[in-house]
Amino acid sequence: MYVAVKGGERAIDNAHAWLAEERRGDLSVAEMSIAQIREQLSLAVNRVMAEGSLYDPDLAALAIKQSRGDLIEAIFLIRAYRTTLPRFGATVPVETGEMRCDRRISATFKEAPGGQVLGPTFDYTHRLLDFKLAAEGEPATAPQSEGRTDPTPHITGFLQGEDLIQTEPRDETEPRDITRQPMSYPADRATRAQALARGDEGFVLSLAYSTQRGYAKNHAFVGELRIGLVDVEMEIPELGFSIDIGEVQLTECETVNQFAGSKTEPPQFTRGYGLVFGQTERKAISMALVDRALRWEELGEDFKGAPAQDEEFVLSHCDNIQATGFLEHIKLPHYVDFQSELELVRKMRREAADNAAAQEAAQ
Amino acid sequence: MSLMDDYNFAYLDEQTKRMIRRAILKGLAVPGYQVPFASREMPMPYGWGTGGVQVSAATLTPDDTLKVIDQGADDTTNAVSIRKFFERTAGVATTEETTEASIIQTRHRIPEVDLTEDQVLVYQVPIPEPLRFLEPRETETRKMHSLEEYGLMHVKLYEDISRHGNISTAFAYPVMVNDRYVMDPSPIPKFDNPKMEMAAIQLFGAGREQRIYAVPPWTKVVSLDFEDYPFEASKADHSCELCGSDSSYLDEVILDDAGNRMFVCSDTDYCRSRREAGHQGRLAGETV
Amino acid sequence: MTPLLQVRDVSKLYGGRIGCGDVSFDLYPGEVMGIVGESGSGKSTLLNCLAGHLVPDSGQVIFDTRADGPVDTVTMSEPARRMLGRTDWAFVHQHAREGLRMGVSAGGNIGERLMAVGGRHYGNIRASAQDWLGRVEIDADRIDDRPSHFSGGMQQRLQIARNLVTGPRLVFMDEPTGGLDVSVQARLLDLLRGLVREMGLSALIVTHDLAVVRLLADRLMVMKDGHVVESGLTDQVLDDPQHAYTQLLVSSVLQV
Repeated sequence: MYVAVKGGERAIDNAHAWLAEERRGDLSVAEMSIAQIREQLSLAVNRVMAEGSLYDPDLAALAIKQSRGDLIEAIFLIRAYRTTLPRFGATVPVETGEMRCDRRISATFKEAPGGQVLGPTFDYTHRLLDFKLAAEGEPATAPQSEGRTDPTPHITGFLQGEDLIQTEPRDETEPRDITRQPMSYPADRATRAQALARGDEGFVLSLAYSTQRGYAKNHAFVGELRIGLVDVEMEIPELGFSIDIGEVQLTECETVNQFAGSKTEPPQFTRGYGLVFGQTERKAISMALVDRALRWEELGEDFKGAPAQDEEFVLSHCDNIQATGFLEHIKLPHYVDFQSELELVRKMRREAADNAAAQEAAQ
Repeated sequence: MSLMDDYNFAYLDEQTKRMIRRAILKGLAVPGYQVPFASREMPMPYGWGTGGVQVSAATLTPDDTLKVIDQGADDTTNAVSIRKFFERTAGVATTEETTEASIIQTRHRIPEVDLTEDQVLVYQVPIPEPLRFLEPRETETRKMHSLEEYGLMHVKLYEDISRHGNISTAFAYPVMVNDRYVMDPSPIPKFDNPKMEMAAIQLFGAGREQRIYAVPPWTKVVSLDFEDYPFEASKADHSCELCGSDSSYLDEVILDDAGNRMFVCSDTDYCRSRREAGHQGRLAGETV
Repeated sequence: MTPLLQVRDVSKLYGGRIGCGDVSFDLYPGEVMGIVGESGSGKSTLLNCLAGHLVPDSGQVIFDTRADGPVDTVTMSEPARRMLGRTDWAFVHQHAREGLRMGVSAGGNIGERLMAVGGRHYGNIRASAQDWLGRVEIDADRIDDRPSHFSGGMQQRLQIARNLVTGPRLVFMDEPTGGLDVSVQARLLDLLRGLVREMGLSALIVTHDLAVVRLLADRLMVMKDGHVVESGLTDQVLDDPQHAYTQLLVSSVLQV
């Protein structure tokens, strides 16, 4: 007799067992440690921390290992874990002006206090496969110099001194936590920034690229890009002051964009802003461009119908965990819905055939 | 292995559950209205029932008996996966028998047997906004709901008839709830629409879209239509070839390369209980 | 007789610039008022303020509603104003694309307002749509075609049908003949004149084309820099203009 497909549970268990085997790969090859991933795939770790919204390199490395290197899957693991964590409170806003920079460049000034520091960048590497890496061996050590002890001032601060760039209004209202409150539109800039900071790197990159190619064009200079460590402080109510609880690596980008101005207001440069966990400069620059494009209304510009200007479009599609989940859910069975369409199409075809027959008979 | 020691009962923390319960209560107070809620990231992908899972998690108590179905069946992979999730995180009793369950989480179907006032039916919802495919913008659709501007919805139905001679929506067929809100009943076949005026509480969870809505018991639910093209709850014109039911929703199964097919109940529990009661369809007992 | 529309001191500023300033007038049932001026004179701003598309900074726009008599539509609730917008009011845009749903059939376009106010009988809605296609001189067998396949003149006539199907009492028209060929314009004007008379419509027509108002409008307002500089009976204003700007407008037409 006919038996409907059963054994879903056993199929799932078997699939998981097979997955675990595939994850490990050839047993004759040494297993990778979490520390190895953390140290040697650090940019992947950074991306997972940024888009997973959880600063923990070891957990990110674990997630990368568990996901077989599928970074969106790794981000998903981190997000699902993060949701379950208790919230102890919020830190004091980090002071990026105090950042201990590993990298700090400006495209707008040849030289500025704090200097141009290239840092560990791919920028000027020739993209030639380095076959030496295929062999084992220690790299040459990089030359060292004394680090800067003074804080590195923001480039836009120099423009602000002359009032050449728009001063961003100070906002003391507590920002909405998009992981604790539902998104609603229109969103304020802090909310947009949160969504973009954890948004998919590829999506934000493509949107930023589209603004450069003329969809809501607003030429951006990288006023400053800096990567480094900042202290994280938290106010402890019992103590009445804030204490250092650790440090995080951040990438910050401020773009200087074409001036806005009108008959009544003299022209001024405006800015776009990006801030992302870890060394993630492609993402931070992209975020700054998209941030700037989304500010069209506030800055009195026209809505040109460009995707990057469209807040609801950008924010409701930038999250790769939402996107991949919904995209992949079409793999699930839909045969009940399909059956109802099947019946409808059959019915309509039947009616069409009947009509045709009736017409023929009439003739 | 039990996850119960590592996680709170039914996975979500109590504060989150309270937030979800508030959204559910608001939804029940304003039938058909989509209540925004701060959907959490669940350990299963968005689009795979995270909304329904969160609503179930906030609704479950240790004394509940849970049934999970997908496409009407208890043994489809995602139903198995979600049932297992609650077995591990809540330790509640589970069942495949519709009448035994106090909470039923479903994707795409309403069970064939009438539900009772002691039961809660939780729907998984992919896109909660019935106007979404007419107007993609949330800011616009919210305005349309608040002002009850639903003319566009009928324009869509008009276009269907003028083009196809029929309303060509076969599932996720929009309904008017309590004479006020146009609501998406989730992608259930339109065959199930008339069952929505029922004794049980109906809760709808859309995780990715961060919306919860509800239909209280015996609330008026009307499928949109025209007077001269009335709504029709259609199904395949066959009876179940296993249990003989001629009133249940049927799956069509392709049997061989020649394209022979048979029709069987989509509600696996309903079909099984009928067969146990001695009902027989055309192919019952045969080897096919 | 109660005016259908009483406009009192309506002003709208854009930044420091005047969109329209202190405009007042009455419109009586069955009357057609033309508003003329060159581009930038504030006539479209005024029309949009009156039709509820823009919120004036000050002033009242009092409409004689069927249920409650004269009500200020500026302060009325949004649902009530939007209800007026799909029942007693109609708005004909210069560009038919803005006033039509290009992805919906001609029949659906005409039927939308009927369905928005509760029409639930497909056959009746379709019959109305067919009737209206005839009244605006579009072949009945185009009923299931989308307006994207229509000529500019047909699109504009379809827009008019879509607006008039619910029997509105007041029609706002923004350059209804703009962008159409001269011969197409003439046919459209003829049609509009017939419909206005036949239905006893009141209308406000914004245009820069004096020929349009000469044919359609009973009365005329001339606007310049956001203000009304002259108003009166159409023939009077056009044949014996008093204000220097009106004289210039009229003479520039005659020169053409």
